[in-house]
Amino acid sequence: MVVVGSGLAGLTGAVVLARAGRKVLLVEQHYNLGGLATWFKRRGGHVFDVSLHGFPAGMKKTCRKYWSKEIADSIVRLDGIRFDNPQFRFDTEFTREDFVAKLQSVFGVEPAAIERFFAELARMDFYSDSGETVGELFERHFPGRNDVHRLLLEPISYANGSHLSDPAIAYGIVFGNFMASGVYTFSGGTDKLVKSMKAELERLGVHIRNRVQVDRILVERGRVRGVEAHGRVIACGAVLSNANLKATVERLVGREHFTSEYAESVAKVRLNNSSCQVYMGLREGESIPFVTDLLFTSTASRFDSLELCEMDTSSRTFSFYYPKTRPGLERYAIVASTNAHWSDWNLLSPAEYESRKALLVERTLESVEHYVPGVRGKIEHVEAATPRTFEFYVQSPEGTSFGTKFEGLKPSMTLHEQVRGLFHAGSVGIIMSGWLGAANYGVIAANKVDAWLHSLVEVEA
Amino acid sequence: MNREEIILAIKDIIQTIAPDEDLSELKTDVRLRDQIELDSMDFLDIVMELRKRYGVQVPEEDYKELATLDGCVAYLAPHMQGKTLKVGV
Ligand SMILES: Cc1cc2nc3c(=O)[nH]c(=O)nc-3n(C[C@H](O)[C@H](O)[C@H](O)COP(=O)(O)OP(=O)(O)OC[C@H]3O[C@@H](n4cnc5c(N)ncnc54)[C@H](O)[C@@H]3O)c2cc1C
Repeated sequence: MVVVGSGLAGLTGAVVLARAGRKVLLVEQHYNLGGLATWFKRRGGHVFDVSLHGFPAGMKKTCRKYWSKEIADSIVRLDGIRFDNPQFRFDTEFTREDFVAKLQSVFGVEPAAIERFFAELARMDFYSDSGETVGELFERHFPGRNDVHRLLLEPISYANGSHLSDPAIAYGIVFGNFMASGVYTFSGGTDKLVKSMKAELERLGVHIRNRVQVDRILVERGRVRGVEAHGRVIACGAVLSNANLKATVERLVGREHFTSEYAESVAKVRLNNSSCQVYMGLREGESIPFVTDLLFTSTASRFDSLELCEMDTSSRTFSFYYPKTRPGLERYAIVASTNAHWSDWNLLSPAEYESRKALLVERTLESVEHYVPGVRGKIEHVEAATPRTFEFYVQSPEGTSFGTKFEGLKPSMTLHEQVRGLFHAGSVGIIMSGWLGAANYGVIAANKVDAWLHSLVEVEA
Repeated sequence: MNREEIILAIKDIIQTIAPDEDLSELKTDVRLRDQIELDSMDFLDIVMELRKRYGVQVPEEDYKELATLDGCVAYLAPHMQGKTLKVGV
């Protein structure tokens, strides 16, 4: 069988299938594995992580079960998480207990109201979608408390692109995993993680091909036949696509292979927003004191999902990377991330594009200087990434950072009912995105692929 | 496989998924989830292991049948007939 794409969903799907005894070929168009879970190096000894800002505690269990003890053991908790905006400013453990305590002590919310909110979230599951939005849910529990809404949604907006207008159900499912028991990171950096994963796949006999762009997924009489890359056909009994859902259906397979109802449902799936980042590397030998690990900052007086995505939003997260990120390497880096819209960036002329990037860099440097006085003089390398950058590197439509909105979940999960032997795994539906969501989705899809391959053998026998 | 063997087979699979759990006191008529920490991903692992070790295919709509050890025995008995127990793999 063939896995198309080596994001965390593709990688984890591949490892599970290899363990189940399947013959797996993993093809990735980029020269690295990892998809958005990636890093890059710059002259001067700088290493930057793109999406290693933090993930939920559950990643440890997932890595322990499907990867290795070594990988799981490198997962460590962040020491510091801070909010700083005109409505509130404090450090948090990022645990349920601490959020409850802060809601009482800082926001003055009645314990009973907090209890009711958490109890309702705990009751939410996939099958109880009432059609309510996140904003409506918040308004019902904490009416007029924009500051509370900000606390409850802002971190999740950065983690998966959620808006106040998204379904409450997606929020409820994510909240329980995410804002519960701290934020975790991978000690050693993304490069170490991806290299360990690659070694594990090779040990299990997975064939890995980088720099191979799959152009088509071939379908014959409603069943997958293989993939086409570089004009060559690779025949196989099953394909697990880790390419974006819409790209899989519309670009790689082609609408004509689906019922019109399904094709229309995919056409209607909305993509999540993209991101901008500013990477700042400190000169060798320079250092900064510990500020915090993750800083959610904004100067916007009120929380507003749309403001978060504006081109000149003042709402950003800073990830501070100290020598502990890559033990043994005495280096410091800071990465600022904002949410962003493809449509704001894709039409700019080359000159406009450069000047907007320069503005983004300047605003970010001003902001970081406020938290770490004197840091500007220590920064040797600085560069920006925009929705165009993400689109270019992982070929996700509109550079989406977090896959699709909620409605993408169903077509993703039912793809194999349209084309037998074809499965999808990768960020969709808000709940299946982020490192943990993508990895777990890889496992869920691998189970389906394995069942399909099992049924093929039974039929032939 | 008889009842005892099926229970052994399931427990052995659970032990590989949750190596830190003590399974010796598991009651057969109480939901597994209420006795040890098993989430929906863990159930998926049980299903995958059943397929791998015994060639038994549990369709998604039947996952709920595996909620208790008694449920596992009732559901799996016909599928496990004539199969040999594989533990510690
Ligand atoms: C700036 C940013 C910061 C983030 N921060 C965090 C964070 O701190 N914590 C967190 O949990 N999540 C974070 N995320 C989200 C997280 O990185 C993603 O949700 C997750 O990595 C997505 O994994 P995936 O498997 O869905 O797909 P992707 O990572 O998108 O991988 C898809 C892969 O498929 C390949 N591919 C696509 N088409 C083809 C083709 N035709 N042929 C061959 N290969 C193909 C691509 O090259 C890519 O490698 C962040 C994302 C961004 C953009």
